[in-house]
Amino acid sequence: MIRAWLTQHAFVFFLTLKRIISTPITSLLSVIVMGIALSLPTGVYLLMKNLQLVSGQAASSPQMSLFLKKNIDKQDIAKIKQQLEENPQIVNSEFVSKDAALQRLQQSSGFTDITNTLERNPLPDAFIIHTVQGTPETLGQLRAEIQNWPQVEHVQFDSAWLERLHALLQLGRFVVLMLATLLSIAIIAIMFNTIRLQILTKQDEIEISKLIGATDSFIRRPFLYFGAIEGLAGGATAWIIVTFAIESINQELVRLAELYSFEVHLQHLSTGDSISLLVFSAWLGWLGARLSVASHLWQIEPR
Amino acid sequence: MIVFKNVSKRYPDGYVALNNIDLTIESGQMVFLTGHSGAGKSTLLKLIAAIERPTSGTIAISGQNIAQLKLGAIPYLRRKIGFIFQDHKLLFDRNVFDNVLLPLQISNFDSKAVASRVRAALDKVGLLKKEKAMPIALSGGERQRLCIARAVVHRPNILIADEPTGNLDVDYARDIMAMFTSFNQVGVTVLIATHDASLLEDTQHRILLLKQGKLAV
Repeated sequence: MIRAWLTQHAFVFFLTLKRIISTPITSLLSVIVMGIALSLPTGVYLLMKNLQLVSGQAASSPQMSLFLKKNIDKQDIAKIKQQLEENPQIVNSEFVSKDAALQRLQQSSGFTDITNTLERNPLPDAFIIHTVQGTPETLGQLRAEIQNWPQVEHVQFDSAWLERLHALLQLGRFVVLMLATLLSIAIIAIMFNTIRLQILTKQDEIEISKLIGATDSFIRRPFLYFGAIEGLAGGATAWIIVTFAIESINQELVRLAELYSFEVHLQHLSTGDSISLLVFSAWLGWLGARLSVASHLWQIEPR
Repeated sequence: MIVFKNVSKRYPDGYVALNNIDLTIESGQMVFLTGHSGAGKSTLLKLIAAIERPTSGTIAISGQNIAQLKLGAIPYLRRKIGFIFQDHKLLFDRNVFDNVLLPLQISNFDSKAVASRVRAALDKVGLLKKEKAMPIALSGGERQRLCIARAVVHRPNILIADEPTGNLDVDYARDIMAMFTSFNQVGVTVLIATHDASLLEDTQHRILLLKQGKLAV
């Protein structure tokens, strides 16, 4: 029984494949249309992911600088260190004394001459702390809290760029979602119409099959396979388009990197993302076919 | 066994095709249904295969009430019946073999025995040598025989034929009637609608006469 069922499905699968190949131009066109439609949200998603990756590296552990007041002693420093260690939001802290800070400044090229002319050390004692990952809001709260400590003169934390990046990523996510939704609907509509035309040309076969005992699922099956196979092919086309785009952008980036001496490289879709794309596109095709068959089968129901 | 009780069929436009039919056909019987065109022969046959539904009354096949059958159960009823349509309903996009194959595909028949089943059916109707031919290339008689092969390939209990000898020469018609007799001899219930009086002249089988939607005998 199961074997017969499998044979039946394999038969329909290959029959459908044969049908798709037997009308190469039509099939190719609709696959290309679906591929282009799918490649847009996929491409934007990939750009977002790369941006997130870059920002994730930069902000992998947000850094704050605590500048202490001039008139503090070792006890105060020990107390601050303890407070910092007790705070769960702070990953680690490093004390930089004013002498050490001056030394670092002298070592960095270009400043030697200036520091030599200084009569006394103008730099304050400082802590450099790394915090856990957080939104601009939570990190801003932490900054305000530390700023209130009596020994602390100033807390420096550049959150503006992080906020902008967050906002940009948020916007990007929204754009991806919107594009994906709109173009998914477009794909479903394309498939709906394709299947509608097929049903019209196969009206005799459907009617006769029903008259001699075909179930609705038997009638639906080839159309659903058709939708899923073309959807899958559309997803594969989108994957190829995105791959080519990423490859050519990366080649341009290499040239740019030579001129500006930095290294940027766009990541391609991960295996998981690729599989998701293919499964989703096959599902879209299937869904379009399913809706079309559901709305057209009753019209040719023998009465 | 097919049992009609008080079966009427009125079409939406008010035309009454069948009026209060009471009828019992035993399993393994061969029955002719005759009457003028428009007497309700086709409607009666279609009710048995649930192609149409009665307006009132009950139709029982092996104890199952067809009049109340759920939509999802209709395909399984039709698989027990071989229907030979007046207009043949052949598929012109595939060859003779594939036309006969269709009922077996529909009922998920195991693939190994399929080809031999199809050829056995084609052999019974004398079309074995034409299995690769397309239906468009067949004569009227051959198309009729192809339709019969398709109706019997899944070995139904009930065989229904609507005007099977419609436009055929007398010799062809006689051949086809002989086929039906041979199916009946192996236990198949056979129900044939015809207005061809010459078919009924020397038959010993039961004859039902329909007149304006009513059984006259």
